[in-house]
This record gives sequence, structure tokens and C-alpha cells, in this order.
Amino acid sequence: MNRFGTSCFLLAASVCAASAQTAKDAPVLIQNATILTITNGTVKGSILLQNGKIAAVGEKVLAPPGAKVIDGAGKFVMPGIIDCHSHIMAEAINEGTVSVSSMVGIDDVLNPEDIAIYRALAGGVTTANILHGSANSIGGKTVVTKMRWGKDAEEMKFEGAMPGIKFALGENPKRAGASVGFGAAPANLRYPATRMGVEDVIREAFNDAKAYKVTLDEYKAKLAKGENAIPPRRDLKLEPLVEVLEGKRYVHAHCYRQDEILMLLHVADDYGFKVRTLQHVLEGYKVAKEIAAHGAGASTFADWWAYKMEAQDAIPYNAAIMVRKGVLTSLNSDDAELMRHLDKEAAKTVKYGGLSETEALSLITINPAKQLSIDKRVGSLEVGKDADVLLYDGHPLSNFSKVEKVWIDGHEYFDRDQDQEGRSKKQIEKKALIEKAAPAPGGRGGQASVTGGPNQ
Amino acid sequence: MNHSKLFAALPLAFACVLSAAPAVAADDTFMLRGATLHTMSGADIENGSVIVRNGKIIGVGKNLAVPKDVKVIDGKGLQVYPGMIDAATEVGLIEINSVRETQDLSELGKFNPQLVALTAVNPSSEHIPVTRFSGVTTVASMPEGQLIGGHVSLMHLDGWTTDEMGVKPRAGLHMRMPVIQTPRNFGLDSTGGDGPAAARSSFTEAKRNFDKEMAELNEFFESARRYKQAKEAKLPNFKPDLKLEAMIPVLEGKEPLMVTVVKEREIRDAIAFSDKQKVKIILCDAPEAFKVTKEIKEHNIPVILGPMLSLPLNEDDAYDRSYTTPADLQKAGILFSLGTLEGKANLASRNLPFQAAQAVAFGLPHEDAMKAVTKNAAEIWGVGDVMGTIEEGKWADLMITDGDPLDARTQIKQLFIKGKPVDLSNKQKDLYEKYLNRP
Repeated sequence: MNRFGTSCFLLAASVCAASAQTAKDAPVLIQNATILTITNGTVKGSILLQNGKIAAVGEKVLAPPGAKVIDGAGKFVMPGIIDCHSHIMAEAINEGTVSVSSMVGIDDVLNPEDIAIYRALAGGVTTANILHGSANSIGGKTVVTKMRWGKDAEEMKFEGAMPGIKFALGENPKRAGASVGFGAAPANLRYPATRMGVEDVIREAFNDAKAYKVTLDEYKAKLAKGENAIPPRRDLKLEPLVEVLEGKRYVHAHCYRQDEILMLLHVADDYGFKVRTLQHVLEGYKVAKEIAAHGAGASTFADWWAYKMEAQDAIPYNAAIMVRKGVLTSLNSDDAELMRHLDKEAAKTVKYGGLSETEALSLITINPAKQLSIDKRVGSLEVGKDADVLLYDGHPLSNFSKVEKVWIDGHEYFDRDQDQEGRSKKQIEKKALIEKAAPAPGGRGGQASVTGGPNQ
Repeated sequence: MNHSKLFAALPLAFACVLSAAPAVAADDTFMLRGATLHTMSGADIENGSVIVRNGKIIGVGKNLAVPKDVKVIDGKGLQVYPGMIDAATEVGLIEINSVRETQDLSELGKFNPQLVALTAVNPSSEHIPVTRFSGVTTVASMPEGQLIGGHVSLMHLDGWTTDEMGVKPRAGLHMRMPVIQTPRNFGLDSTGGDGPAAARSSFTEAKRNFDKEMAELNEFFESARRYKQAKEAKLPNFKPDLKLEAMIPVLEGKEPLMVTVVKEREIRDAIAFSDKQKVKIILCDAPEAFKVTKEIKEHNIPVILGPMLSLPLNEDDAYDRSYTTPADLQKAGILFSLGTLEGKANLASRNLPFQAAQAVAFGLPHEDAMKAVTKNAAEIWGVGDVMGTIEEGKWADLMITDGDPLDARTQIKQLFIKGKPVDLSNKQKDLYEKYLNRP
């Protein structure tokens, strides 16, 4: 069955990968469309994608020679969606055996053939922050990616994006310390078991990191003076935390309740670092003022609640309140399914809390771009930015519209028509593969036979 | 004519003056006029009126005369629809997914036809007002379980007690079709960990478990049939049995068996089972129903589709597989409605309209999507005579909006359940107002 599963997988991949081979993409000019720039209002007109960048946006744009011209009449164009919290492509999520797992990194386990990438693309996502799980107070390193379906793991990475690290507060990191219930056998308890312990684990780790930084700084100072110095032993666990202290690595902290949010902000203030984003942050609306004062961003769900105790006071107005109180806010998915309709999640903030349509769309474009410090490259339709662009058959916030085409770096990675045309070909290919794997009459035949047909 | 100031104002004004308590019964006849009526039973009526007395609709039309001494609500510029019905959910039976004490979903044992969901519904559940906020006025809440979980209860999302909420406590019996649960699909398909007790095992072992469960299931139905015969024959040694007694309406075709199925094989098994046992079935969840449309249509089996906003079952399925199934069923002429199934997170009942809208984006005509969450759901649960459309004689379960209720940007202005204005506030809205105003 594994063999069978893998072949289908590659089959799905081949449809779009084929078009990714072109060395240089022809310029693309979309005309007569409603262009939602996010940062500069709405333009009824054209947008030109050239050399991987947005070359022009305006009422009238001339088509350069060789340009592919698309009639966008009745259609909408917006920047690619940015998901600030995802776990797709990650072959492993949690190194949950230790309370501080900063030595591991998601960038080491990216699977560029995860079908979730293609599905996210089809929902308009072009960039995603791929995070370690939330089992540890201090988790593993994170990586920002582009959904360059068909490319290899290295090419998925958003070149130049700031590296990050996952922190987690509340129920998840303390679960392994619980003597009953899900997650741990009583004989194998792991500190911490309470929110008090979570704070302690983070403080202890930064104490160690500070001491390590002193050693590193002393060594560097000696080198600078031309003295003979022995390099300190490299500490892979503390190195990312030193980078946090030096502002070279962003902290993305999973949190729910207001008390733990404030706790982390205080710890960060005490140790002199900034929390870049609070993730989930379902009670962020209760401490929006404090979050804004610290300068942390908030990345939340549109309307998740009721799935655990700490989500009991979650409200769908969370994003709206935080926006109104000056917090840089985004909506994320944390889920391969939700990731496919972040546009419709954004629409809910119009219903709950009355955000404007531009504010709502900002939650999934320019705001997460700012949170990840990639806003010079992506997040809005501005000349000079990466040509990460979506074409919709209606307004992106309408529940009745869908994505038709997706470009990343000016290259077309998703086309609904092409996807539909490719389906029958895939079916024929699949049938041929199944027949090949089926047992030969009278003989033992292929290995797939033990697990039966495709309807398992 | 009594143009009370309160009622002459926009219906929204209702919500502001009413407390969070369920409405009280009284003769509160009113007329809603000047709105666009989307009756779901015929063409839309522009500038139409609805007259409601004692909770029932007593008049629908374009130029209705204003009856004497009734309150008139001006619906100008507003849209009126029947309240939406979530045809399969867990609202009321579960409060917090991770806290066992707040769940009354699954009883122990394989066969529990004697159980009724409404028994365990908590009328004070926060999920009720939160779900109403999206325009859902009625839900079918279902007990889970291994094979036969218990009776699905159709209930209004308003009432002081479960007695007042209940519309049809025994609307159908929930059964899960046995699954050949191999390691590959264990925990990955939507039957999840709640599925039949076939743990990680080889295919042969899984098949053996499946055959055993099928045999047990058939034997249980046969026992119920023998019980019925014994009861009817008034045998001297006859002893009442709650489990078998509860099967009688199903055997008599008076109560449908709602069968949860996922893959094509389970759908075919369910159809064969209904033929063999001669029972009326409703297919529930059924993401692969599109593969079996011919047989479903031939057997005239209604379908309650699980969430559209879900991942395709198989890695090589088209990316929009779950979005296009409603359009496939509509084209095949199959009667279907939608169920959000699990009360958790993004699958919550309050997102029912957005599930329906996703099907519209991918080919289902808008009118069919609206009917799926109103008229069809009522018909499937056997209450088409009392709800699901705006017609004379039906409960006045009405949703008044400023736009298309399937679009998230639309606001529900007022909701009526059995003719009573329902409070649209809830804990989440209260917290919003409280913290928005935090100094």
C-alpha cells in the first residue's frame, strides 16, 4: 500500500512540476481587473508581472513584447496569502522529549512533495511560516517558505527571511508533566507541569544563553584584539537563544490565556529581547494594550474555540479588537485544511468586529509579511515587490469566489483550468499503475495485492 | 392597528431590549412587511409580508392586508429566509473537546438504540447562542458510538428546557457502518479514533474484525425482529427489552436509520444492508457519495453530507474534491442536506452557511445550497410539514438579514424561533463589548 500511495503522490506532483521547468517566464499582463493592492487602494486596470517582480500597476499598462495577456474582466487580483503559522511540509513536528528543544530545526525536515503545498496554493497561499510544534516551552527553529510546488526543499525556503524559533505556553508544554491524561505515562514525567514551571523553563534557558553569550563575546573580543583565543565549545541548544538575545532570530510564541501572554512579555523585557509574534493568542483581546506596548505581533484564528479549556474565552472578535487597539495582527491556519481558505477566514472579521475589507485582507497579506519582516518583498501589490499574485473569479472575501491562478516570483504555479484538464490524464496514469502492480493471472504477481484495491 | 414604537423600528431593535432568557409564550401575533422573502418553496417575493400567530406562519404574500391589532415590523431593505438547519451535529452534547466531563457523546458498548441525544443536551450550553448567531435555528444532534450510538434528536436552538427545545427527539437512529480499518487509514480518515474497534492490524485481521461486526450487526437486527414477533404474538414469557424495543420503529420503516459512511465501499455496504434488512436509511458524512450517485438515486436514499471545508480523503484526489460533491449530488437528483458533524473548532455548527457557500463557489446553484440547509434538511428529518420553508402552517423559524446569509460579511439582524424573537447576544459578543471598552 505504501508503494501505491507514493506513486499517486508523484503523479499529482508531476502535473504542475512540468510547467516549473521554464527557465524564464514570459511577462504576464492582467487587464481590466479589479486590483486590490492592499496598501494603495483598489485599481481598476492592469498589473504587469515581469522578471519575477511586479513591474507596473495602473489603469493602463502597455504589454511588453512577448507578454501573455490575460483578460481580467469581472475578476479580482490580490497579493498572495501569507500564513504565519503552518506545519505543512514538515516531516516531523515535535521534539517533545525535552523541555527546551532549540537545537532542532524544521528547516532540516522539509518535504517538498507534501500534497498540502499544492492544496494550499490552490487556496491562494504563496508564503508560509513553518513552525515546530508546541510540546515544549522552548521548541525548535522555524523557517519561512514559499509554495514553489515542484521545486526541492532548499528552493522552498524564502531566501533572506529572518529565522525564527517556536515557544509554547499553557496546556501543551505542561501536558507532558501531567500525571494523568493524554501525553505522558506517570513514570515518564517531564518538567514543567504548570504555567509557573513554563516560565521557569524559559528563564533558566535564557540564564544559560546569557552566560554562553558572555563566553562568546569574550572570545570575539580577544580575537578582535588579535589575542590568541581558544574558541568555546559550540552549544547548539543555546546558540539560537543567543541569536534571540541579539535580535537575529524571531520568537513565535504559542499562547492562549492572558496571564501566560503577560508572563512571556515580562520575561522578554527582563532578558532584553522582543517577542516577534504571539501565535493563536486567543485571549490577546484581553491584553491588547500590553501586546501593542511590547511591540509584539499577534497571529490568531478567525473563530476557533471550545476545543480545549484554555480556548474557552476565545472569541471571533479577537482579531478586530487587537487591530483596533494597535496590535499588528494576522490570521493563520495551523492546519492544512484551514490553510486552503484563509481568505474566507478573513471575511469573518467583517462579520465579527466590523473590520473593513482592506483591514480584513491585510490580516492575511501585508500584516503577516510585516510580522515576518518580509514586507519589502511580499504582502501587497506594489511595483518592485515579488510577483506573488492571485487571480480570483470574484471578490476574495466573498464565500462564492475562488482562486483561478497563482503566481509566485512571476511564475504560474497554479491554474484551475490546467488542473481540471490534467485530471483525466492522471486517472489514466493511475489505472495503468494499478494494473502494473496487480497480480499476474495464475502467479503471485505484484506486491500491492495483499492490501487489496484502491478503495481501502 | 398597533404600530408600537418598538416594533416599528428595525427588527434589530428587538435584540437590544430582550434579555438573554428564552422567549415566553404568549399570543404575540405580528406582521413583518416590506422585506424580500426567500421562501424556499417557490419564487422569491419582493416587498412581501409574513404574518405570524402563536408561533406559526398564518400568511405569506405580496399585498397582504394588515390584520387588526397586530404589531407591524418594517422589513424594508432586509432579506427573510427560513432559519437554517444543521442536519447532523453534536451541539449540546459537548462543551469542551479536551475535557471529558463536558462530553456526552459516546456511550459504552456496540449497540445502544435505547439512547436519545436530547436526554443529554444541555440547554445552557454556550454553543447554542453562538450557533444561533449565524442564523441556525434548528439542529439534529447525534450521539456517537461504536455501531449503534442512539437516537438523533432534532431540536430548536431555543427553549428554557430540553422539552421546549425538542422538535423530534427520535428523528433517526445513528449507526456507523463497519469499516475495514487497516493501519493505513487508521486515525487518518474521518471516522478517527471513534470508529469501530479495529485497531492497528493487518488487512486480514481488519477484514476478520469487519466480518465479525457485520455479523453482529445483522444478528442484532434479527434479534430485534424476533423480539417484535414475540411481542406481537404476546408470548407468555415475553420480557420487555429497552434496546430491542427501540429498534421496532426502525424495523417498521417509521424511523430512519442514519448511517455514517466514509468510503465508497461503506456506502455500497450500507445500501446492501438497507436492502437486506428492509430499513429506511439516510447516508451521513459520505464524502465519496459522488462515486455511488446512481445507486443512491435508484434507492431514493437521502444524504447528509459532512463538511465541505475538509481535506480530500486521498492524496491523489482533486484538490477541490470535497467542494464539488454537493454539485454532483444535485446533478444526480439526490435529496441532500449538510451536517457540520463535529462541534470542534473550524467544523463548528456556526459555520454551516460557509460550508454551503463553498459548494456554491464550486458549482452548486445558490438556490440548491440554501435549500440544502433549510427545506431539504427538514424533509430528510421528516419535519418538512412544520419547518424548512416560509409557508402557511409552518413554525415561524425566520432569519432576517442584510444580505446573503451564506456570505460571511452578512449580518443576521434578527432571528425568530417559533415566532419568538431570539436573543442574538452570546458570551463571545459580551466579552467583545467588555474588552473593546477596556480602558
